[in-house]
Amino acid sequence: MTSDNQRPPAIEVEDLVKTYRNGVKALDGISFRVAEGETFGLLGPNGAGKSTTIKILTTLARADSGIARVAGVDVGRDPETVRRLIGVVSQRSGADPVATGRENLLLQGRLYRVPAGSLRKRVDELLERFGLGDAADRKVRTYSGGMQRRLDVALGLVHGPRVLFLDEPTTGLDPEVRAAMWQEIERLAAEDGMTILLTTHYMDEADRLGDRLAIVDRGRVVATGTADDLKGELRGDGVDIELADPSQAEPARGVIVELPGMRDVAVDGRRVFARADSGAAAVPTALAALERSGIPVAAVSISRPSLEDVYLRYAGRRFAEADAGPELATIGGSR
Amino acid sequence: MSAVLTDTWWLTRRRLAIFLNQPGYLVVTLIQPAVWLFLFGSLFRRVVELPGFEAASYLDYLVPGVLVMNALSSSIWAGMGMLEEIERGTMNRFLTLPISRTAIMSASLGEYAVGNFVQSLIILGMGALGGAEYPGGIVGMAVMVIAAGLLGTIVGALSNALGMVARERETIIGVNTFLLLPLTFLSSVFMAEELMPGWIANIARFNPLDWAVQVGRSALSADPDWTLIASRGAWLVVLAILALAVSVRTFRSYQKSV
Repeated sequence: MTSDNQRPPAIEVEDLVKTYRNGVKALDGISFRVAEGETFGLLGPNGAGKSTTIKILTTLARADSGIARVAGVDVGRDPETVRRLIGVVSQRSGADPVATGRENLLLQGRLYRVPAGSLRKRVDELLERFGLGDAADRKVRTYSGGMQRRLDVALGLVHGPRVLFLDEPTTGLDPEVRAAMWQEIERLAAEDGMTILLTTHYMDEADRLGDRLAIVDRGRVVATGTADDLKGELRGDGVDIELADPSQAEPARGVIVELPGMRDVAVDGRRVFARADSGAAAVPTALAALERSGIPVAAVSISRPSLEDVYLRYAGRRFAEADAGPELATIGGSR
Repeated sequence: MSAVLTDTWWLTRRRLAIFLNQPGYLVVTLIQPAVWLFLFGSLFRRVVELPGFEAASYLDYLVPGVLVMNALSSSIWAGMGMLEEIERGTMNRFLTLPISRTAIMSASLGEYAVGNFVQSLIILGMGALGGAEYPGGIVGMAVMVIAAGLLGTIVGALSNALGMVARERETIIGVNTFLLLPLTFLSSVFMAEELMPGWIANIARFNPLDWAVQVGRSALSADPDWTLIASRGAWLVVLAILALAVSVRTFRSYQKSV
């Protein structure tokens, strides 16, 4: 990722702290930078502070301390200017259910002061682009979840923002609908050259969409980089050997530990896990050694490290575990 | 300033569209004042025979009261609409747009102002059908309708502020049911001031609902007391501006909690 020294980064966040009135510390010094034209993902479990960060950057909430700038403009000092530069797609829809898709877009455009002459054309374009052409004059409450979400994104784009914020854009969507939404987001980044900040608690989504990622946990960034960088730091592949007989798990462990290039060996039931610099090279050696010791193997698999592993490494706990924890920042029905 | 007005216009249009989209609610809203007028008009018809009551017929006396009571009892629920906007996420969407908070608030009040206006005309019309007379003429009626509108604005703005702070329906329902009847009965809506117990008359003097009723009743009468209309009317305007300021200010408190 090249950073342009002439222009300020699209988004700068430095040491943001935010404590809600009920004492919940949502942000604890979060910092990151997003370059212009970049798609940046904030990945973390519920309550990690992703949404709060977006709310501060989109002028909805105020930070207790720290700096947040969008296109060089301080969101605390000059929220008016920031509001003109950004498009916001928040977690909850916010579209009028009793108005049609077109009416929603027209109103949004008028409030953004899109010139009346070009607004209708712009709205038609967006409806077409997001596959809502046929449903344009139907009330939004008749839309499917996927259609509503596409309308939400269209609403955030009416005025041609420089920076687009997507707060959990695919949460609650069917797999096919999710995939379609991903394509659309990729297109926004590629064709429109827009800077996009998205939050997600889906590993696969962050992996696919983010040029760069920040892993957020308990209100701080615990790791930043491209998905590949982050996974690369884990060094090596996971090797998962399933034995025919669970009682031989311990002897098998003893055999594997002795092999060169095998690390982090662990046992779970009839399965032995290990980490190897190159899974493809390690597996034949391991199988041969086990055979020599008379331990039959039922199955073997090699896995590239996932963001799940990355999260475990940096946050010190499993993602699902953190996600299942109490919803920290839930206040009055908004997160 | 013109930007605020433009935004208010578009947002009010939106709110009215939502309102018109609920035909059942719309019909009830339009019928309710007529029901009140005839219910209270019949029940208390003979009250005018009490010495001290100056009105020729109780209906003449009652029309301004029902008009103001109607403005109160519809606007006091404005906070529910605000809560719905918050829950649906619409409020947060608007708050990230480059529009003023005053416009967001005014649009909610604008919706109720238009609703009150239509209901007021219906009440005046129904009253006339039932035999009420408005010697104050068009000017009197205009003053009456504006007074009810101002009360609606005061009550609606405060209800919106309550909705944003409390963030739960139960609180709004609790506060409203607590306030509705006392506000109505501690006033000259149903009973002439001269005939009230002293303590109620004293309280009524500070009840904005009573100011609106007095302004309207006097303006509709054959001999309007313009001094009274101007002073009570001015207080209503001042209170409306204060209530609007308080409600716009409440956005800050709301934004601390999102």
